[in-house]
Amino acid sequence: MTYILKPQLHHPSLPTNSLGYTRRDYEGSVSTLCAGCGHDSISSAIIQACFELELPPHRVAKLSGIGCSSKTPDYFLGASHGFNTVHGRMPSVLTGANLANRELIYLGVSGDGDSASIGLGQFAHAIRRGVNMLYIVENNGVYGLTKGQFSATSDKGSKSKRGVVNHDAGIDMVSLALQMGATFVGRSFSGDKAQLVPLIKAGLAHKGAAFIDCISPCVQFNNHPGSTKSFDYVREHNEVVNRLDVITPRDPIHVDYKPGETVRVQQHDGSVLSLHKLNELYNPNSRAQALGYLQARQARGQIVTGLLFVDPEAGDLHDAVGTVDTPLNQLSEAELVPGQAALDRINASLR
Amino acid sequence: MPESVTAGGQASGGKPRINDFVVKFANVNGSGSASANGLFARSVMRMGVPVAARNIFPSNIQGLPTWYEVRITEAGYLGRRGGVDLMVAMNPQTWDRDLAEIESGGFLLYDSTKPIPPSRFRDDITVIGVPLTAMCNEAYELPRERQLFKNTIYVGALAALLGIDLAAIESLLTDDFAGKDRLIKANVEALHMGHGYVRERLAPLPLQVRPANGVGDRIYVEGNQAAALGAVYGGATVCAWYPITPSTSLAEAFTSYCQDLRTDPETGKGRCAIIQAEDEIASIGMVVGAGWNGCRAFTATSGPGVSLMTEFIGLSYFAEIPAVIFDVQRGGPSTGMPTRTQQADLLAAAYAGHGDTKHPMLLPADPGECFEMGAQAFDLADRLQTTVFVMLDLDIGMNEWLTEPFRWDDTRRLDRGKVMTAEQLEAGADFGRYKDVDGDGIPYRTYPGTHPTKGGYFTRGTSRNPYARYSEEGAVYVDNMERLLRKFETAKALVPAPVIRPAKGKTREGVIYFGSTTPAMHEALEMLEAQGRRLNALRVRAFPFADEVFDFIAQHDRVYLIEQNRDAQLRTLVMTEGDVDPAKLVSILHYDGTPITARFIAGAIAQRMQVGQIEAAE
Repeated sequence: MTYILKPQLHHPSLPTNSLGYTRRDYEGSVSTLCAGCGHDSISSAIIQACFELELPPHRVAKLSGIGCSSKTPDYFLGASHGFNTVHGRMPSVLTGANLANRELIYLGVSGDGDSASIGLGQFAHAIRRGVNMLYIVENNGVYGLTKGQFSATSDKGSKSKRGVVNHDAGIDMVSLALQMGATFVGRSFSGDKAQLVPLIKAGLAHKGAAFIDCISPCVQFNNHPGSTKSFDYVREHNEVVNRLDVITPRDPIHVDYKPGETVRVQQHDGSVLSLHKLNELYNPNSRAQALGYLQARQARGQIVTGLLFVDPEAGDLHDAVGTVDTPLNQLSEAELVPGQAALDRINASLR
Repeated sequence: MPESVTAGGQASGGKPRINDFVVKFANVNGSGSASANGLFARSVMRMGVPVAARNIFPSNIQGLPTWYEVRITEAGYLGRRGGVDLMVAMNPQTWDRDLAEIESGGFLLYDSTKPIPPSRFRDDITVIGVPLTAMCNEAYELPRERQLFKNTIYVGALAALLGIDLAAIESLLTDDFAGKDRLIKANVEALHMGHGYVRERLAPLPLQVRPANGVGDRIYVEGNQAAALGAVYGGATVCAWYPITPSTSLAEAFTSYCQDLRTDPETGKGRCAIIQAEDEIASIGMVVGAGWNGCRAFTATSGPGVSLMTEFIGLSYFAEIPAVIFDVQRGGPSTGMPTRTQQADLLAAAYAGHGDTKHPMLLPADPGECFEMGAQAFDLADRLQTTVFVMLDLDIGMNEWLTEPFRWDDTRRLDRGKVMTAEQLEAGADFGRYKDVDGDGIPYRTYPGTHPTKGGYFTRGTSRNPYARYSEEGAVYVDNMERLLRKFETAKALVPAPVIRPAKGKTREGVIYFGSTTPAMHEALEMLEAQGRRLNALRVRAFPFADEVFDFIAQHDRVYLIEQNRDAQLRTLVMTEGDVDPAKLVSILHYDGTPITARFIAGAIAQRMQVGQIEAAE
């Protein structure tokens, strides 16, 4: 892998957001992934979402594990601090980082190899702790960097590029996240940017553990007939249950959909999720119904996408632990070190 | 009620031994003996006589044998002596081995409710029977009361036999159960029951506790507790941990101290975050994440945890992220002896990680140093931007030791190391995350979120150039690895220096020791000195080793290395890190899981001095 810096020249007519940043300011270095990789579309959606949400780029911390998807944080938000950690362990590093400074926005990027196998435990525990983050799994059902082995999200019966049939049951990260208590769960498709960008915006704005499973076909090793993570398969089997608009407190509120088809959900930060129901039966406020619906559709070979569950009243790990409002990494020595007077009292109690 | 029995009966008729003997309690785990035994030890201290007490316990909650050994030592020898003068045998399971351990001419206190055949006693010890079970059955209704108060009754009996002031014990009970008057009253009654029984029927033993002034202002505390307090004073704000013996009480003590010392008085919220993680890997992952983001963070674990954390420790080394690991060592390898002590993680910690890595270690010798090094470790981790180990062991960590009171210089400031601020970046400072600006191998870092356009970088475990950009260029890689070595060299001057204890005259032989071996070593040196065997002694307090360690070895013909592990791990470290003739280094190894004793060290050194035909040269 080589490291390629992007030219910093901006076209003078590029639109800026209210912070004065153009979309280019949210980009990173040039991707070294394969041409046509679904992951690059997701990076592009992240850039678009951060630009539209008008996030100061340096207030986002982006963390990842190991693998193709985990390389991508280098390719967006170039002014942000990033951390490419060790395989399957991004959730714990992100948790620690979040504890240290509750004021930054935490974006965890991982893949199915990273999060569904070695990292399954850490994925589950970060979710169940309610770490305030957006956790995106760029799910292609295959180990790309090592050239085409099945991953743990490969569906049972699906075929590898070399024609080998997968005999192990596939892990559904969305169902797992729901069971582990994620308070925002979505699934999307790297080929559907119109769906993905608002989901990322809503996930970033969500307080608590937000999770997006993004099917992201691997053009080199998992885009063939017999794969259930190919562009064609996903397009044919995608059931979109809703379309989402994210309205930040700054935006004028206007909704294009007819009343009755739209559900409005206000999140903690004031953002409003305007959900256009494409399936009347789908209710994104019920964890139990979401699980049942997903499993029924999965049994029919369908991939349900959209905002699948949201709890707008969710708290996070800091609420549970009861930490002070000041970020822990900004506490003064006077607040941290009790001094000799306290030691005198402790010494006396130990005699 | 059966009469008290005195079998055997070679009571040492000579002068009583005052303030210098060993009492050992043999109990059943879960029977409530621990608090009574602790009460006994502390009551001796209240009389001004130092004690060294050690728990020898199983990996079990209820039913297996457990022992508590109290060395009463006015001379202040805080190591284990070896041997037992008075055995309080309360566990039938271990009767034979407990009796065998008593020194000839020693004493046995046992529960004489059920008759024991004379063949199960020894005829060279004095046996004192007190019908504890019968007394309890008569005095108490509830089974749990009968079990618990039996312990307090034998403490009362011991007070009468050994001349311990009942008022001292009562004052401790009043302190311990403050606000629970019913419990105080019940315990005091039990105490008097045992005391009265003995006083009416038996003469005091020729082992006696007399008031002295040997304790001074010293405190009595576990190393784990002291280290946890050190972490508070070191400014730690994130603790991520996973329960594992013998380190658990460190994280629990940190939790308790934080409730006391780190609660915002206005909001009641915490100035710290303590997370019980899902495993040791997640623990160290959280520590690394918090360290990366500008917090002082630590985990507490033991050998098996260090094995699991190894990958992250390598990341911390290579990506240069501060972390502190308290390793409370236990018997290895694998699950090993979870409730026994060893110093057997030195190599695992020093070189944890694949590839070329090394990590600073601090080696505290007592709870006082656990506190001091517990705080200092965070300065070192920030200054060196790497993982720093504090290597306790079960003996220091889980036993209460008499130690100097904790002291803190209120003018002392935390050393946050080289952190570039938004102002410096704004002023145009050249920021290269892995650039050696000052020649000490230590680069500058920025905290995430510092500046809108400057100072951001991508942290990775892959090779990179001084500006944190990915590179597999050989020259760039080597340059970075050499800088990391320079940084390790810088660490030598920052870690605690060794302590040298010269012999009372000239000698060509020396001894090197560290950690919990220290009190037994000092006593052994006195024993050897009395035999005319002189040794200069050096206590190692940290890795990397200061030059003094290698100078010390060079100055002697032969150097004994005292360690509590099988493979002489300190010797391996010394040989690997310095230019040392291995033939000079003679290992004295004690690794059966019990704390090393002065008798063992002195005996082993004396034997090797004879074998080697080396005289203590004048």
